[in-house]
Amino acid sequence: MTNLEKWIAFKTIVRREIQRFLRIWPQTLLPPVITIVLYFVIFGTLIGSRIGEMSGLPYIQFVAPGLIMMSVITNSYSNVVSSFFGSKFQRNIEELLVSPTPNWIILLGFVVGGMCRGLGVGLIVTVLSLYFADFSIHSLPITIGIVLMTSLMFSLAGLINAVFARNFDDISIIPTFVLTPLTYLGGVFYSIELLGDFWSKVSMINPVLYMVNAFRYGIAGISDIPAYWAFAMVGLFSVLLFFVALHLLEKGSRLRS
Amino acid sequence: MQPALAISQLNKTYEGNFQALKGISLEVQPGDFFALLGPNGAGKSTTIGIICSLVLKTSGKVRIFGCDIDTDFSQAKQYVGVVPQEFNFNQFEKPIDILINQAGYFGIPREIATERAEKYLRQLGLWDKSHVPSRTLSGGMKRRLMIGRALIHEPKLLVLDEPTAGVDIELRRSMWDFLREINAQGTTIILTTHYLEEAESLCRNVAIIDHGQIIQNTSIRQLLQQLNKELFVLDIREQLDQCPCIEGYPITQVDDHTLEVEVEKSQSINELFDSLSQAGIHVLSMRNKTNRLEELFFDLVEKNLSGAENDQS
Repeated sequence: MTNLEKWIAFKTIVRREIQRFLRIWPQTLLPPVITIVLYFVIFGTLIGSRIGEMSGLPYIQFVAPGLIMMSVITNSYSNVVSSFFGSKFQRNIEELLVSPTPNWIILLGFVVGGMCRGLGVGLIVTVLSLYFADFSIHSLPITIGIVLMTSLMFSLAGLINAVFARNFDDISIIPTFVLTPLTYLGGVFYSIELLGDFWSKVSMINPVLYMVNAFRYGIAGISDIPAYWAFAMVGLFSVLLFFVALHLLEKGSRLRS
Repeated sequence: MQPALAISQLNKTYEGNFQALKGISLEVQPGDFFALLGPNGAGKSTTIGIICSLVLKTSGKVRIFGCDIDTDFSQAKQYVGVVPQEFNFNQFEKPIDILINQAGYFGIPREIATERAEKYLRQLGLWDKSHVPSRTLSGGMKRRLMIGRALIHEPKLLVLDEPTAGVDIELRRSMWDFLREINAQGTTIILTTHYLEEAESLCRNVAIIDHGQIIQNTSIRQLLQQLNKELFVLDIREQLDQCPCIEGYPITQVDDHTLEVEVEKSQSINELFDSLSQAGIHVLSMRNKTNRLEELFFDLVEKNLSGAENDQS
């Protein structure tokens, strides 16, 4: 396959992925938006007004970056996991497996598709959050950089989950029992300053904490953790997950008998 | 000239130590219309799966127009189009999108893919359904959609795994015509089917696979020459009171106007007719009762089965 042919194959996968989540927008775009609006109303406006400030910011301004990041994480992950597993389940993944498209193109195609949804929902949520909270961007490169890398990392993780999944239960186990607790305990709603010394240290092993804090730093200029740590960690995990996912595709794990 | 397909010592052992293929070797020449026959579980779909990279082989070599599927997989895949047994497209996508996307996976630019998609959807009688969700298509339409998808990158080798399963007779005939046309244009076709008359009607060469081994690999014509006897059904003008008896020709009376006669290959049908005329019986029409290839197929598979049982004992 020439480079041009690979580029066409890549564009085809990304286009198909985007068409997929746009076609089923009541399942893919609407629910996360409603959920986040409810978070803003309940935690931001109703409860937030009684909490006062967190790390020197009005509570609604404190949670807004976390909520945006939460929507990016969950949507990037769930798009790839459901799309790739759906392709396995309906066996239309075979359309790609019989083609000369290299595995790394297949991987990038699904991952970029997941990122498009994650970032798309993140953008919608950001626009909606402006209705509830006033904020300006402290550092645009950090904000965009960390959100792109986070979306990339969770798209890769979603693909690995989908490769291993044998049924629909398997694609909901990780989001329910791993992703949600990590996100909720990842500094979306509170600063780790509130935790005791021990739990603060325990929180440091949660990768979501780094991403949320780096994103909050990019927007509001405050963070519990230096932003470069977040970039280093997300970069490292992304590289690791990329090679794990590629290895699984090359090996044909649970794809080729 | 390189064979369209060259399989050498191909083995496949699945998890649980089930050996689906036991060192099969096979060659299909360019331009051939080749039948791969065998009972359920014989190894046909495993062989096809390996050819199109959906099944990982345990050992052996597969070359497609000289390209090794291990070392030159990209080119090898460009040469092959596959129509699987089960529907394996996204049921929520439209036929036009399924074809255009498949072309994209082969690196074909969108403008060319769109033209080809229209061409094949029209040829296969699916153009008026091109923009409806494919789940709404009938079974026959879905099969034709998969043929169109397999042809979108214009492969030199088309592999069809039971393409007419569950398709009505009229549609089956039109699919046969379409496949003959594709073959006449130079595409090599490998077909697996349970309808043996389909193989007899379409294919020039055949391999019969059973228990993971090739038990016969020859031309259809040579295979049919192995047939020793045929069973003919005769429609008789007169009402038959009793079954006539003609020496050397075992006859069974089916009803008042129908006889079944077993004729060995060495025997003459003219002699049979002479004898019937002398007995005052006039034949209005005659047809072959069983499919000739079907008889041979059962014969070969049974022989192979009894051979395997003897080996075990």
